[in-house]
Amino acid sequence: MNVFVLAIVAVIYVTAIGYLGYLGYRRTHTSADYLVAGRQTHPFVMALSYGAAFISTSAIVGFGGAAAMYGMGILWLVFLNILMGIFVAFVVLGARTRRMGRRLQAQTFPELLGRRFQSRFLQGASALIIVVFMPLYAAAVLIGAARYLEATLMPGYFEVAVILFSLVIAVYVVVGGLKGVMYTDALQGSIMFIGMVIMLFYAYGHCGGVLEAHRQLEALPDEVRAEAALLLPRIRDAVPAEVDDAEAVDWFIAAMGRLESAPEGGDDPDELAPVAAKLAAQPELADAPALINRAVTMQFERDGWRGWARMPAPGSNQFYVLVTSIILGVGIGVIGQPQLAVRFMTVRSTRELNRAVLVGGVFILVMTAVAYIVGNLSNLWFVDETRGGLLSLAKADRNIDSIIPLFVKDALPSWFGVLFMLALLSAAVSTLSSQFHTIGAAIGRDFFEHGLGAGDGRRHTVLVTRVGIIVAILATVVLAFQLPAGIVATATAMFFGLCAAAFIPAYIGGLYWRRMNRAGALASVLTGFGASFLWIMFVQMPKGRLPALMANGLLGRPTVLPDPVLGIQWCWTESIVVALPVSAFAAVVVSLLTRPDPKDHIAHCFDGAAPRKGR
Amino acid sequence: MLGFSDPWIAAGYLLCLLATALCVVYGAINWNNGDEPPPTDEDAKWAEEKERIDDSL
Repeated sequence: MNVFVLAIVAVIYVTAIGYLGYLGYRRTHTSADYLVAGRQTHPFVMALSYGAAFISTSAIVGFGGAAAMYGMGILWLVFLNILMGIFVAFVVLGARTRRMGRRLQAQTFPELLGRRFQSRFLQGASALIIVVFMPLYAAAVLIGAARYLEATLMPGYFEVAVILFSLVIAVYVVVGGLKGVMYTDALQGSIMFIGMVIMLFYAYGHCGGVLEAHRQLEALPDEVRAEAALLLPRIRDAVPAEVDDAEAVDWFIAAMGRLESAPEGGDDPDELAPVAAKLAAQPELADAPALINRAVTMQFERDGWRGWARMPAPGSNQFYVLVTSIILGVGIGVIGQPQLAVRFMTVRSTRELNRAVLVGGVFILVMTAVAYIVGNLSNLWFVDETRGGLLSLAKADRNIDSIIPLFVKDALPSWFGVLFMLALLSAAVSTLSSQFHTIGAAIGRDFFEHGLGAGDGRRHTVLVTRVGIIVAILATVVLAFQLPAGIVATATAMFFGLCAAAFIPAYIGGLYWRRMNRAGALASVLTGFGASFLWIMFVQMPKGRLPALMANGLLGRPTVLPDPVLGIQWCWTESIVVALPVSAFAAVVVSLLTRPDPKDHIAHCFDGAAPRKGR
Repeated sequence: MLGFSDPWIAAGYLLCLLATALCVVYGAINWNNGDEPPPTDEDAKWAEEKERIDDSL
């Protein structure tokens, strides 16, 4: 990349961000300013800042890359993101969350639950769930940002990128972050928005239009097969005679894969010897794009993939991962996200929420749908002979998290690539700092001060909060190194699923159902969390292939449910599908079987009636 | 439809656009609706508390 261009764009960008940060800071000095400022904030600015926090790098880099593999079926996630994450969240839950939050003087999500159900234990327990598991999601965002930095500026230095970026975050969080971040968030949001629109035009334009691109995408799997078949005459003599001509190339590719994992031929040295000899005589075959691409689609097909323009085969591994983890886990899980739900309490009025629905809907469509469509179309872009002729996954060395960064670098003009990179990275900074902010508040205020009833002196709370944030940052960096490649989408889905099962029934029940009581909420949070946790540790195989996290270590097998039960392959199913219904069931049954909460408290929560003194 | 032969894919694509249209129409109709009460004591207390927490973080 041209260093001069990079420097100029970076200087302009940092100046603009600095100026906007100063502007926001100058306008909000006191709490009264804080309240009034919201009235003057254009809803466009508010919704963009919400969107920038909601979407961040993990959606664009992680899920955009996943789209290059799963195909256009991932657009169902966009549908749910808009319907649940914007429409239901703002219109149905937002206004009530805001009203009840103010009445109960709740500052954080665990505090809202704790005060609605009059349980310090609930507040502390919810906080603990956030503190322990939020680093998983933060690590996903950190990896997304570091992959981007790696692809754009420092190829091959992922670890350096992680450390560099973590230092930036640490400084940002320690210094306290910019106070009036709304304007800077909005600028980042705008740049990314424009960037995504330009990217969409590039991607569709390159393919000759929308319909034409979809047709090419639909035809691509057959083309990949046909290209590989052209090599048949060169490899036929290395394939056993009993293998059909139609299957010979696939057989050869599978044999190449077996040789790669066992160079001596493994159990079948005789069968593989001709293949090894062929590769020795024609070493260029191992690097032939046609064979590499076919190897990629063969791997997909083994998991039930049927092409980029088709849903995976029902009941297959890919089908379960796409539908239960990615579409349902993230699409529904977004409602139970503590750091997003808390934003409704900071909104000034229902009118702002109504306006944000319009802007937010369009914003999420453009950010996520474009990322996923571009992820798909990147296959058509990279498979072009002038660009190396490889499918996206092969181009990115089989790491899906590198696909979008590579595409931006390759397809967009370099000055815009720089600007887009800066916007994406600074959005990651603000998302990460808000994640650490949520962790800090959870550990200091919710867990230590209220959950344990300790630290009445503020000094202790501040100390615990700071230590908590530092530990959380360290845990996040360690996780970023430890997690396997291509994990951004999976880790995000896991955290969303966990939050959904633990929090959604108590959150929605607390807002809408007067009969829901403390015992019901406790039962729901604990069973929802417990069920998800056990499911993730012992049943669910991440990506449908890796062993469940603890089953291997403790029980010596990859999952406790290897075979289908009732026709469902549970070990490929995301925890939310099981744990959310269990948690909702517990909420309803336990609430109905136990005594209702005091009437005056319920009246205070729902109608704003003043609570009786001495409560 | 839309160049896709799989109706599930075409449906997903269309639903994204319809969901966005729903948000746009709802937002436009309710652009000036919704309560906008002056800041109450509760709001002010809430904001002061928030400020304190933000500072301590």
